[in-house]
Amino acid sequence: MTDLAAPPRPGIRGRSLTDDALARLRANRAATFSLGVLVLLTLFAIFAPLLSPWPYDQVNKSHVWVPPLTEGHLLGTDALGRDLMTRLAMGLRVSLSIGLVATLVSLVIGVAWGATAGYLGGAVDEAMMRVVDVLYALPFIFFVILLMVAFGSNILLIFVAIGAVEWLTMSRIVRGQTLSLKQKEFIEAARAAGLGRLGIVARHIIPNLLGPVAVYVTLTIPAVILAESFLSFLGLGVQPPMASLGTLISAGAQDMEMAWWLLVFPALAMAATLAAFNFIGDGLRDALDPKDR
Amino acid sequence: MLRFIGRRLLVAGPTLLVVITLAFFMMRAAPGGPFDAERRLPPAVEENLKARYGLDRPLTEQYLSYLGGVVRGDFGPSLKYPDKSVADILQQNAPVSLKLGLASILLALAVGVSLGVLAALRRNGLLDIGAMGLAVLGVCVPTFVTAPLLILLFGSTLQWLPNGGWNGGALPNMVLPVIVLALPQAAILSRLTRAGMIEALTSGHVRTARARGLPEFAVIVRHALRPALTPLVSYLGPAAAGLLTGSLVVEKIFNLPGLGKFFVISAMQRDYTVVMGMIVVYAGLVLLLNLIGDLLLAVVDPRVRLT
Repeated sequence: MTDLAAPPRPGIRGRSLTDDALARLRANRAATFSLGVLVLLTLFAIFAPLLSPWPYDQVNKSHVWVPPLTEGHLLGTDALGRDLMTRLAMGLRVSLSIGLVATLVSLVIGVAWGATAGYLGGAVDEAMMRVVDVLYALPFIFFVILLMVAFGSNILLIFVAIGAVEWLTMSRIVRGQTLSLKQKEFIEAARAAGLGRLGIVARHIIPNLLGPVAVYVTLTIPAVILAESFLSFLGLGVQPPMASLGTLISAGAQDMEMAWWLLVFPALAMAATLAAFNFIGDGLRDALDPKDR
Repeated sequence: MLRFIGRRLLVAGPTLLVVITLAFFMMRAAPGGPFDAERRLPPAVEENLKARYGLDRPLTEQYLSYLGGVVRGDFGPSLKYPDKSVADILQQNAPVSLKLGLASILLALAVGVSLGVLAALRRNGLLDIGAMGLAVLGVCVPTFVTAPLLILLFGSTLQWLPNGGWNGGALPNMVLPVIVLALPQAAILSRLTRAGMIEALTSGHVRTARARGLPEFAVIVRHALRPALTPLVSYLGPAAAGLLTGSLVVEKIFNLPGLGKFFVISAMQRDYTVVMGMIVVYAGLVLLLNLIGDLLLAVVDPRVRLT
């Protein structure tokens, strides 16, 4: 490590591991470009509906299937004459927020479950991980579909359902990391220095978990967005006139022979979003764990 | 080995029990029932129907008798198709899904592994960049986008292949659905293979094999590929789950008479027994594939101990 090779001199700040990681991330062109794309998409999702002269749900029977760049509709209109650009921005809003919130749900459950199992160890660990094993084997998509069919689809339920599915892998990662961290010398040193259990978890275990967790979070968000769009495609996700990327693509696929733009623009937005998250996730992994390259 | 299989089967029992219990009570918690038609049935008729299928008994009693049935291999009658049992429906629809799934996993393996190996051999070359670009596309473009686009191109425009339908599993009808299902899996498999190959090619035993003067082909196939494939084997279980999700969509788009399409319809119609039967079969399949994956892992990688 560079910070060991160069002893700190007065006036010169040492390079921490975080600095190193950030520098590596910045050097990764795919990841920085993706971050830019993601910022642009987010800005578009936030501001386009505010600036657009058309509300996302305004039906206009005389403006059906207007091609892009005509009559002031930048991306054209759909089968009900609704402005595609506004709807695309709304769809991005919905998909991105489902991605973030559901990932947050899975993060909270997964980290709590995994860290507890890993830190306590022994029989508790064994029991908690058997639960995860059992849940892992469930065909979850079916349960999500059952949930949607049973209780009607509302956005809150989608958050909870998808978040509840995605925490399993997170808990496994966190447990594995905690188990190996527990054995490390610096934890022993902290214990020798008289730090309590809670202090060790808060000061030494959790900060060291952040790396792998951050990587997995950036890879979970696209998975969640994809899961939601599957549900929407099957007619079980977000309900009209609200839109998500999934409902837009599904509607666009039906009309694609008449109006190609209805499929192409939402599909591009979806692909760009998923690709951006995946590249950032890969970049983060490479940056945080240089051994893996 | 036998002890390992035994232990895994012991875990499989509780897992299936959890699956059945969750699905049973979730299904029953749903508003509405199997006999809600457009036109309401006379109350007396509905009472009789419910009594006929035992739906008038207390829920726990129904649950226990259902469990008893499953243990004996009896999934009961369909509530929507009075002349068919759940087993009949499964027998009719499962082969379609199985055939699709098997064909696409084989295609995904063939394409994914060869692309991954070639990309690793020509690391950072044109082929590598192309293959990995394809892999990113495969992950980022969902099946319900690729499917309509391929139908538009090869079906409606070029008219080379049918737009959908099963036609008894004829080859032209299988081509597009199988490609669409295989694409995301092939993408993930090629990335796994590439990473494994790159690691293997730089490891000591491959250098030793080269130093012994083995032909390059033998070095790659016998010494590098084998350790590179271990991550693929452990991906078998998740791959099966991914195919399952994909088949829901693909069967709908291509209008194929498989389990996935039937599942959504049955859930909407509250055909309790059919939904339950499908979930049990799917869960069993996933458990089986995970077990096979673990066993294969021990075959491919002798360091793995089955305990």
